[in-house]
Amino acid sequence: MEVYFDNAATTRILPEVKDIMLETMDTAYGNPSSKHHKGVEAENYVRQARSAISRQLKCEASEICFTSGGTESNNLALFGLTQANQRSGRHIISTGIEHASVYQPLFRLQEMGFEVTFLQVDGQGRVDLDALREALREDTILVSAMAVNNEIGSVQPISQMAEVIKSRSRDILFHVDAVQAFGKQVLYPSRLGIDAMSMSGHKIHGPKGSGALYIAKGVKIRPLLSGGGQERDLRSGTENTTAIAGMGKACELAYRNLAENVEKMMAVKRTLLEGALKLDGVEDHSGEAPHIASLSFQGIKSEVLLHALEDRGICVSSGSACSSNHPAVSGVLKAIGLRQELLDSTLRFSFSELNTVEEAQYTVEQLRELLPFLRRFTRK
Amino acid sequence: MEYRTFLIKYAEIGTKGKNRHVFEDVLCSQIKRHVEGLGQFAIRRDFGRIFLEAEGNYDYEDLMAELQKVFGIVGICPIVVEERMEYEAIRDKAVAYMKECYGERGITFKVNARRTNKAFPMQSMELNAEIGHDLLEACPEWKVDVRHPEVLLNIEIRNQAYLYSATVKGAGGLPVGTNGKAMLLLSGGIDSPVAGYMISKRGVELEAVYFNAPPYTSERAKQKVVDLARIVSGYAGRLRLHVINFTDIQLAIYEKCPHEELTIIMRRYMMRIAEKLAVENGCQALITGESIGQVASQTMQSLYCTNAVCGIPVFRPCIGMDKQEIVDISEQIKTYETSILPYEDCCTIFVAKHPVTKPILEIIERSEEKLSEGIDELVKRALETDEIIEISPCAQ
Repeated sequence: MEVYFDNAATTRILPEVKDIMLETMDTAYGNPSSKHHKGVEAENYVRQARSAISRQLKCEASEICFTSGGTESNNLALFGLTQANQRSGRHIISTGIEHASVYQPLFRLQEMGFEVTFLQVDGQGRVDLDALREALREDTILVSAMAVNNEIGSVQPISQMAEVIKSRSRDILFHVDAVQAFGKQVLYPSRLGIDAMSMSGHKIHGPKGSGALYIAKGVKIRPLLSGGGQERDLRSGTENTTAIAGMGKACELAYRNLAENVEKMMAVKRTLLEGALKLDGVEDHSGEAPHIASLSFQGIKSEVLLHALEDRGICVSSGSACSSNHPAVSGVLKAIGLRQELLDSTLRFSFSELNTVEEAQYTVEQLRELLPFLRRFTRK
Repeated sequence: MEYRTFLIKYAEIGTKGKNRHVFEDVLCSQIKRHVEGLGQFAIRRDFGRIFLEAEGNYDYEDLMAELQKVFGIVGICPIVVEERMEYEAIRDKAVAYMKECYGERGITFKVNARRTNKAFPMQSMELNAEIGHDLLEACPEWKVDVRHPEVLLNIEIRNQAYLYSATVKGAGGLPVGTNGKAMLLLSGGIDSPVAGYMISKRGVELEAVYFNAPPYTSERAKQKVVDLARIVSGYAGRLRLHVINFTDIQLAIYEKCPHEELTIIMRRYMMRIAEKLAVENGCQALITGESIGQVASQTMQSLYCTNAVCGIPVFRPCIGMDKQEIVDISEQIKTYETSILPYEDCCTIFVAKHPVTKPILEIIERSEEKLSEGIDELVKRALETDEIIEISPCAQ
């Protein structure tokens, strides 16, 4: 049986998404900036994608800027918002469990003279609202937090955070990295009090290399790239029509079947957790996100178990796949206070609506066989 | 200046007596294999010389880089050809060639003419003097130095006139295929690809074996070994990589033998399996990247213990080299960057914190007796897992 439980890393492209992408290659291959009908045709695909996303976000189409993915969206938000607003202050607040595409830009901003406060999280990976309130200062210009953690699936209290921030000052900007939340839950940034929000296409059955940043109207932001002035001057470079069209379609499909999809993912997650937790030496650190489960296996090196599962057709992840070049243990697991001996014994199982309960049952069966065997051969 | 013709110099082949033309045949077919895909070329043999001639467009840098990978070539001389067999034409060519290569810089030179075509009216000595004189007139900055010239201008008078002065250094060694075949134990580290390269340089064809231990090693670790084998095959030519699943043997040793002897016993089984594969595949020897004292399993005592299981010769060309010397070669042959990719960590669970450094053969053999029940079957099964990957230099 082949089981793909690594959907928080990336997902399979849906047939309808592939079809629209092929259209942009075969017929609508024009440059959206061209004046002739080929350009207009291509521009229509981009416009459709933009409105597909803005409809789901209940925002204006002009508030969506297409990018090359979550990483670029986060970089654009962090560098763009701080540089455009640094005259009001140079203090930023974020959390201790952000994705590398947030904390690395923050480190760079520190080098550039900005001050960054990283808030601690509790055992569930959640920020304490009082701590946030206390961290806000006169010169705070930006708060950046992820909606759903990519490693454990914990969900941040985004709307409460926005309340805390905006009650202190309406001028403090709030950026949300929603890469793992987009397509999995309803997100209305303007109602939540979000000023900028990052999204990615390939986590929701769209293509890699597609992403978007929501920026509320009137918010000052500086582009990362200068050039031909595409995307309302915010992201120069010929639009990647193929990726954009694919992301638009993926978004449309994700939200069309949202409730049903979430129900399916929850059923898979529940089956896996219930089954696995009956086995010896298994601990659960999963948050509420429907598509992410984080389990620790006492006395077993995560990478060994990963390859043993792979041998049985099951693809999972140790740490976050995006940082697999750094074999260092997960910063997120450390931040939620996981015991030292479990840091290197934790796997992430992540789901999509394409997974089935049978796959989860099969995985539990494999774990039942593998765990005792692998525990026999641990480091002496 | 566009070069169409290259003189291929080889050294040791010339000393191989009656076998000489066999060696030349092999060298020619090796050159042919290497330049395949770089354009249309013809290889011509002419009185103990090998000429490579471009018959269409080609990239000079790419061609040189490829020829420098051919074992058996000591030097490559880019040649300019003058077809008109008149003194004036040859002289004009010589002046133009020297100016193009060395400009008006104040170099010292010497002309070295060789007339194989006796129909040409001037003798070699005469040519030396005349061309030398005309070159001095053409550029006052140039000076003759017959003892230690900076530039030696060779002029060969055959059915055409060949002019060359620079020699691009070749890889040396002997053409692959003139010295049998050996089985390389390829690990993914820095040393074993270097060892394979060095033995292949002596004309030896290679096969390679990699011991895989899933799930304790990853698919990427295996891909890394495939990549290394491909780089080595850029020199050694096509080779077959055997991937053997070693997990069960490793686990059996881990469970039954003293932990500090694990690595040494594991290596003894790797050697045994490699030898079986070698014999089955027509190899006359094994090659390893071992270097005395580098790690616990490579002390003299450890080498003695691992070597004891082998009946065929085991060649260890890195044996007397320091790590840095091995690294230097791996950088030169371009395996270093791949070798240092960090993929094999999973396997470290089995490594003892304090492995034996001075194993005693009798004790190791006694430890292995604990495996006697079932190990033959495990070895047989491991051999059955042999996955053969055909490695060739170009295919990615």
